[in-house]
Amino acid sequence: MIRVVRDHIRSLAEKGAREDGRDFLEYRKPIKIEYGVSSKSAEGSARVTIGDTEVVAGVKLEVGEPFPDTPDEGVLMVGAELLPLSNPEFESGPPSIDSIELARIIDRGIRESKCIDFSKLCIKKGEKVWMVFIDIYPLNDSGNLFDAASLAALAALKDAKFPEYDAKEGKINYEKRTSKCLPLTKLPVLVTVLKIKKRYLLDPTSNEVDSLDARLSVATIDNNIICAMQKGGEEALTLEDIDAMVDIATKQANIMRKLL
Amino acid sequence: MKDKMKTSRSDGRKPDEVRPIEIKTGVIKRADGSALFKIGKTIAYAAVYGPRELHPKFLQNPEKGVLRCNYNMMSFSGSGDRVRPGPSRRSREIGLVIQKALMPVLNLEQYPNSVIDIFVELLQTDSGTRCAGICAAAVALADAGIPMKDLIAAVSVGRVNGRIVVDLTKEEEDVEDAVDIPVAILPRKGEVTLLQLDGLLKKEELQEALKLGIIGCRKIYEMQKKVLKERYK
Repeated sequence: MIRVVRDHIRSLAEKGAREDGRDFLEYRKPIKIEYGVSSKSAEGSARVTIGDTEVVAGVKLEVGEPFPDTPDEGVLMVGAELLPLSNPEFESGPPSIDSIELARIIDRGIRESKCIDFSKLCIKKGEKVWMVFIDIYPLNDSGNLFDAASLAALAALKDAKFPEYDAKEGKINYEKRTSKCLPLTKLPVLVTVLKIKKRYLLDPTSNEVDSLDARLSVATIDNNIICAMQKGGEEALTLEDIDAMVDIATKQANIMRKLL
Repeated sequence: MKDKMKTSRSDGRKPDEVRPIEIKTGVIKRADGSALFKIGKTIAYAAVYGPRELHPKFLQNPEKGVLRCNYNMMSFSGSGDRVRPGPSRRSREIGLVIQKALMPVLNLEQYPNSVIDIFVELLQTDSGTRCAGICAAAVALADAGIPMKDLIAAVSVGRVNGRIVVDLTKEEEDVEDAVDIPVAILPRKGEVTLLQLDGLLKKEELQEALKLGIIGCRKIYEMQKKVLKERYK
C-alpha cells in the first residue's frame, strides 16, 4: 500500500468525504446477483457483483460420514481462496491467513444461524449424511470481499439442487439433478462496517480497506438477531462504536436480504 | 467426404465445427489485461499481471523476463465430485504447457528481472479446458498491451468412433478408443506451440487431425481478433 494513498483516504475521511464521492453508509450500486453461473458442474452457484468487485461461489453436495458428536446431522465446509487472478497483491501458494479468515467468518454465519436444517441432511444416522461444500472465489477484488462473499455463498446455497442419490449403491449420479432444494430456513447476511478516523463506513473500496483503523463484520438473520461477528484492524473499538456499527450492519443486512 | 460431413456427432456438430464461442476482454478490472473465453460449457478466465518485478529475487533473470502460468479449476467446476483446492500434478503440468504454448509470441528479452504472470481459472468445465485457457490467456496478453508477434489460438482435435473431429466434448472424450489431441498454433504461420496426445493413432490420422486443428484454431483466431479490435477501436 502506498503511503500517500492511505494518508489521502484518511484525511478525506476526516473531512467527511470518500474517494469515489459516496456517502459513508452508501453501498455501490447496483448489487447484482446471478444464479447458476456454473450450473453444469456445481449443484448450486452464484456470482455477486458490487461495483467492480466480483465474487463467485459454488456448492457441491457429497455423501459422507457424519462427525461422531453429531451422528444425525449433515456436514458443512466453507472454503475461500483469494485468487492471485483477482488482485495484484494476492500470491499463489497455500491458503493465506486472509483467505482462512474470510472462509471462517462466512462459515460461522451459516453454521451458527442454523440456516441449513442439518438434521434433514441425515441419510442414515451415524453412517451417511449429506456434506455441503461451499467454495468462494473472488474474480475481481475492488474492496468489500467479505460482504460480497457472504452474499455469493448464500445465493449459491439458495440455487443448490440435490443430485440423484442411489441409497442402495451408495452412489451419487451428478448427471441427474432433482428438484429438491437445500433445507434453507434463514439468510445470515454479513455486513462489514469500517472505522476510519472516527467515521463509520460501508462497502469499502480496496484503498479504504487498506486504510482502516478497525472493522466489524456482523452476520444477522431476520428479527435483527446476530449470529456471528468478527472484529479486525489494529485499533480498538469503544462500546459505543460497537453499538453503532451493529446497528448499521443490521440495517444494511435487512436491505441486502431482500435481494436474495 | 460429403457423407462424412453429414454423419452427426452427439451434439449435432459437423466434424470441423467448434462449439459456440463467446469471448470478452477487460472482465477483471484490477488485472493489467484479462479475458473470458467460453467454448460450449467450458468457461475460462485469464488475468495478466505485469511485466512486474519478480520476487523472490533469486528467480530473476537479468537476460530476459519470466513468464509464469498458473492453471486452476475452481473446486466446484469439475464433473462429479468436488475438486480438491490447491495445485495438483495435473494443474501444474497444464500450467507448464500453457506457458510453453504462449512463449513463442512474446519478446521476453525486453523485460529483464521481471515477470509476466498469467492466471487461468476455470469456472465450469466440460472439455478442452487447457485450450480454452490458452485462448483466454492470449487475448488477455493482448488486452494488457504486451507486444506479441502473433496471437495464439488453441483447440482440441481427435478421433471419435473412427472419425477425426475438432473440439471434442467430454462425452466424446469418454468414448472408447477416443483420442484427444490439444493443439495450439501461431495462426499466421500455422506453426504448432502446444501438442499433446493420449490414445492410439496412426500417423495418417494425426496428419488429418492436425490439419483440422489448424482450421479450427484459425476460426477461433478470427473471433479473438474481432473482440480485440472491438475493444480498442
